[in-house]
Amino acid sequence: MSTVTLKNIRKTYTDTEVIKGIDLDIDDREFVVFVGPSGCGKSTLMRMIAGLEDITSGELLIDGQHMNNVPPDKRGLAMVFQTYALYPHMTVAENMAFSLRLAGVPKAQRYERAKEVGRVLQLEPLLDRKPGALSGGQRQRVAIGRALVRKPKVFLFDEPLSNLDAALRGQMRLELASLHESLQATMIYVTHDQIEAMTLADKIVVLQGGVIEQIGAPMELYNHPRNKFVAGFRGSPKMNFLPVAIAGVGASGITVKLPGGGTVVVPVRPANVQLGDRITLGVRPEHIRIDAENPTIMGEVLVIEHLGDATSLYVKVAGGDTMIVQAEGNRQVSVRDRIPMRIDGNLCHLFDANDITLPKAS
Amino acid sequence: MTSSVVTTAQDPPPPAAQTTSSPQKVPALALVAPSVIALLLWMIVPLAMAIWFAFQRYNLLLPDNRAFTGIANFTYILTDPALWVSIGITLVLVASVLVITIGLGTLLAVLFNQEFPGRGIARVLAISPFFVMPTVSALIWKNMLMHPVNGLLAQMTRGLGLGAVDWFADFPLISIIIIVSWEWLPFALLILLTAIQSLDTDQIEAARMDGAKPLALFRFVVLPHLSRAIAVVAMIETIFFLTIFAEIFVTTGGGPGLATTNLAYYIYLKALLEFDVGGASAGGLIAVVLANIVALFLVRSVAKNLDT
Repeated sequence: MSTVTLKNIRKTYTDTEVIKGIDLDIDDREFVVFVGPSGCGKSTLMRMIAGLEDITSGELLIDGQHMNNVPPDKRGLAMVFQTYALYPHMTVAENMAFSLRLAGVPKAQRYERAKEVGRVLQLEPLLDRKPGALSGGQRQRVAIGRALVRKPKVFLFDEPLSNLDAALRGQMRLELASLHESLQATMIYVTHDQIEAMTLADKIVVLQGGVIEQIGAPMELYNHPRNKFVAGFRGSPKMNFLPVAIAGVGASGITVKLPGGGTVVVPVRPANVQLGDRITLGVRPEHIRIDAENPTIMGEVLVIEHLGDATSLYVKVAGGDTMIVQAEGNRQVSVRDRIPMRIDGNLCHLFDANDITLPKAS
Repeated sequence: MTSSVVTTAQDPPPPAAQTTSSPQKVPALALVAPSVIALLLWMIVPLAMAIWFAFQRYNLLLPDNRAFTGIANFTYILTDPALWVSIGITLVLVASVLVITIGLGTLLAVLFNQEFPGRGIARVLAISPFFVMPTVSALIWKNMLMHPVNGLLAQMTRGLGLGAVDWFADFPLISIIIIVSWEWLPFALLILLTAIQSLDTDQIEAARMDGAKPLALFRFVVLPHLSRAIAVVAMIETIFFLTIFAEIFVTTGGGPGLATTNLAYYIYLKALLEFDVGGASAGGLIAVVLANIVALFLVRSVAKNLDT
């Protein structure tokens, strides 16, 4: 069992508060990913859990035990750093077994344990090399190995894949997923990478400005973002936002008037909005179709990005807003074409004046 | 047919390379020549003159009585017990100042790397002894600090009722070691401080996560990181410490007796007090040999350090 509980955790540097009260429960064997824009406090939060930063106020519990003032090595955690932070003058085996050496474990036993972990991570032939003689992916594996040796309750990963090239990143992502599967350990992972968050996480924590915007499973965040920030942050390309006016409130949902005159019925409950209010409509690029028969909005193509499997169109619509539309890969369009688009109300989100998502009509 | 084309295409390069490189080589050599010649003259002429004089009977008091003597100068000098004393003192001086400056320098570098109020000023103050010229600092130590009557140290010990120490009479070599260490500690500190600043903070944090307490952190992370810088400091300092002169000249004058006569001072005594140019040149050649032996050991250990 290894659970982590954060209760109203705060962090203040002299007079700026960077973590503004975080409450979070991490269950045993859960893979939790912290995401958010740069400077949102996700790394600071992880470092506070690790014990590398002091906790200004609030309570950190690991397995139900108060950990605020416990030194990093006594918390039962292991951390993998973005820069790997290997000790350059030690061999791979020495690097991995360094914590055991400090704990006073005899040399033979240390080497045995390092070898064991090296086998799991396919590092066996490299055990006597120095980190300088390894490739980026191998160093990454050694850094993970160093964490594994300690048999920690919780693994912490601080953007571990961001220093690798794209192909290797995909491979290491798979390895991390299978490692989590085989170890059945609790893992906390910080990243700004959409794909890593979506593919690895059991639970994603979206942070912004030191507060949690939303916690949820990847698909839950994708389908039911709590507010405009989460909606815009999840998914790639980003969700489109259009200013709309409420043209009708009915049993089946809210009818909104798009710039350019078209209307869309979105099946949501009119929580705190009324006829005539100006609100925001959000629709993902992959949910807009080019449809000449019954278009809801027209637009002029500004830029075309051919991605092979799909084509991203940057389209300027009435009112001057630019929308991104994801069309099929072989769609024949050219710049300055006027294209008709259909927005399906069932796949849209509406955000009120405070950017909070209007609840779906069930 | 394609293969024949390939072979003809492959065959020409060697002569082609020669013809293209030879017109480049000549001007390159010509361009390098002036500085090479200057360096050779700079090094070879004094060395050749030293060798020449070393085999001459040549005393400035009797300049007419000058003749080739074979190895008489060497046999005379090598059987002079003072030479062996001075070599021993040279080695003691080099070794102890190296240990003091590098040991204290490492500890001070760790200290000055910490955050504390007024760190910038403290760093400048710690570095500043290096800017004082050796003669001046030796005079300050001699007349203001270690003087048995006027010196600050004597006044302090007397104030405690312990009496005064006549440093240069009772502990001459230790006094020289203290003065030279004081001059060179800033150099070691400066190099080691910059080295410590280049240590990746992630590494320290990783070690902390691994359970390293401050001492273990120093032993297993900071010190190995500094090994390269320490080797460089040791090498540069040794070059200078083998030829310490001003500090001895200003304070003890090599005495009492031979207590502070190192090899450089011994040669000075031979050349300019006994006016024995031949003997001094022979001593100089012995100094060259000694420096080479020390350099050999140093270069080896440094090279080993730089490899890893």
